[in-house]
Amino acid sequence: MIRRKGRSLAGAAAGAVGIALLAPFIIQLSAALMTSGEIAAGRLVPSALHFGNFRTVLSGQHAFPRYLANSLLIAGTSSLIAVLLGSAAAFALTRLGRRAALAVLLVVLTAAMVPQIAAVSPLFLLLRSAGLLNTYAGLVIPYVGLNLPLAIWILYGFFRQLPPELEEAAAIDGAGFAGTIRHVYMPLAAPGVFTTAILVFIFCWNEFLLALTINTADAMRTVTVGIAMFPGQYEMPWGVIFAASVVVTLPLVALVLVLQRRIVSGLTAGAVKE
Amino acid sequence: MVVGRKPYVHGLLLAPALMAIGVVVFFPLLYSLYVSLTDFTLRNAGANLVGLRNYHALFTDLRFVASTVRTIAFVACSVTAEMLIGFGLALLMHQLARGRGLFRAVVLVPWAIPTVVSGLTWRWMFNDRLGAVNAALKAAGLIHQPLAWLAGSATAWAAIIVAEVWKTAPFVALIILAGLQMVPSELYEAATIDGAGRWRRFRHVTLPLLWPTLLLALLFRTIDALRVFDLIAVMTGGGPAGGTEVLSLYAHKVLFAHLDFGYGSALTFALFLLVMGCSVAYARRAVR
Repeated sequence: MIRRKGRSLAGAAAGAVGIALLAPFIIQLSAALMTSGEIAAGRLVPSALHFGNFRTVLSGQHAFPRYLANSLLIAGTSSLIAVLLGSAAAFALTRLGRRAALAVLLVVLTAAMVPQIAAVSPLFLLLRSAGLLNTYAGLVIPYVGLNLPLAIWILYGFFRQLPPELEEAAAIDGAGFAGTIRHVYMPLAAPGVFTTAILVFIFCWNEFLLALTINTADAMRTVTVGIAMFPGQYEMPWGVIFAASVVVTLPLVALVLVLQRRIVSGLTAGAVKE
Repeated sequence: MVVGRKPYVHGLLLAPALMAIGVVVFFPLLYSLYVSLTDFTLRNAGANLVGLRNYHALFTDLRFVASTVRTIAFVACSVTAEMLIGFGLALLMHQLARGRGLFRAVVLVPWAIPTVVSGLTWRWMFNDRLGAVNAALKAAGLIHQPLAWLAGSATAWAAIIVAEVWKTAPFVALIILAGLQMVPSELYEAATIDGAGRWRRFRHVTLPLLWPTLLLALLFRTIDALRVFDLIAVMTGGGPAGGTEVLSLYAHKVLFAHLDFGYGSALTFALFLLVMGCSVAYARRAVR
């Protein structure tokens, strides 16, 4: 009886916390659907669903569609390459013996501790002399390198659970290196690799500091920089900012709602000792 | 032809990733260390080695000292709040009988929203005339005049910390929840049979087993909070009057507004050392 009461109390508390966690997103959505007059009047809820802000954002008046394409391309490419290189490295680490693997992981994790601002200033100078400022490669290269430590860490957590005996069984069956990887490991590793790709994609999509510094030309900006730059001109065009924010956030929220179990397992892989 | 028995295969598989990390992280870091020993600016092309002059200058730079103090205070306040609230959330999620999946998805939303976007949303919510925060406080009768949150340093900090905790406490909760789920339920049963109450079970079973997870969450959050940039850049830009300027914001201004890469690199190195110091302190703690 007491237990049941405790459970429903926990349910009620969870409901309240959930609303608090979603509140900023809901407020953003609601402001995006208001006219500028309604926003100036301090309304909290739109009088009707006004899609004017979304039309402004997506019509290309603000180069926003271009930012979207840039982000999609940069985050997609970076995540693909990071996961490819990361999988190879993580696979090798699972075969290295615990001591050697830990030593490599330690070096890799040191790289993950470097503050973004400490990486940005030399990267800016180096990419500048390589002529890569305001190019896609100028962001993809740093994103791959900066996200690899995390990708390797997460993938190592996943791959460690694959039994090494499989390899011997495949060898006995006459499978070569490529065959073993393709027919034995790839299907087993796919969920972990997919999760890691999603995580790296989200990190690149959300990245701000490097994108702000490396790609300053309007045509090369990513969405986060584009949104932060809206305010610049005269008055904050809140309606437009929030419409753009919703467009940028909605895919992430959808991704998170569908893939929550995998994302959580990826985020906490390696964080908990077994 | 067992893959695991060929050492050179491991090398070949590891090399591309390690090279990428080397090229993008370690080499630039060394380059930055070199630049910090010069008077290099983007205005005059040449760079002269000046030894430790830039590092000496840090000690007499009040703006550096102030932004370091602000950074540390920000980390202390926000990480404490995140850990406590995150722990509470994790215990709550652990208690949930139904809807755990849905709640977990909801908890991930603040984490997934780009910081730039959530920062702008919070800036709007803390707007004095139009924001939801003042509207709510007024409705509750807590304030009579609208409060200009972002116009004063203390209230701007309060707003920034609320936004930061909102975004990161859920992440802490997920890590701690994963730790809680590792505690075998037999231990609780054994403790209950031994007559341990709720509090004693928490104190003597949950906490000791959860300790490594808690320390790791603490380390992750401390490192991440030390390098805060996006949130403050978007919410206040370091204002009002530099009142919320943290180290990474100050370094960014020296680097990309003053184009002073020599001194700017010394500033970013100071931040890097701060981060490494915390990690080493944690590692020594964890080893013990």
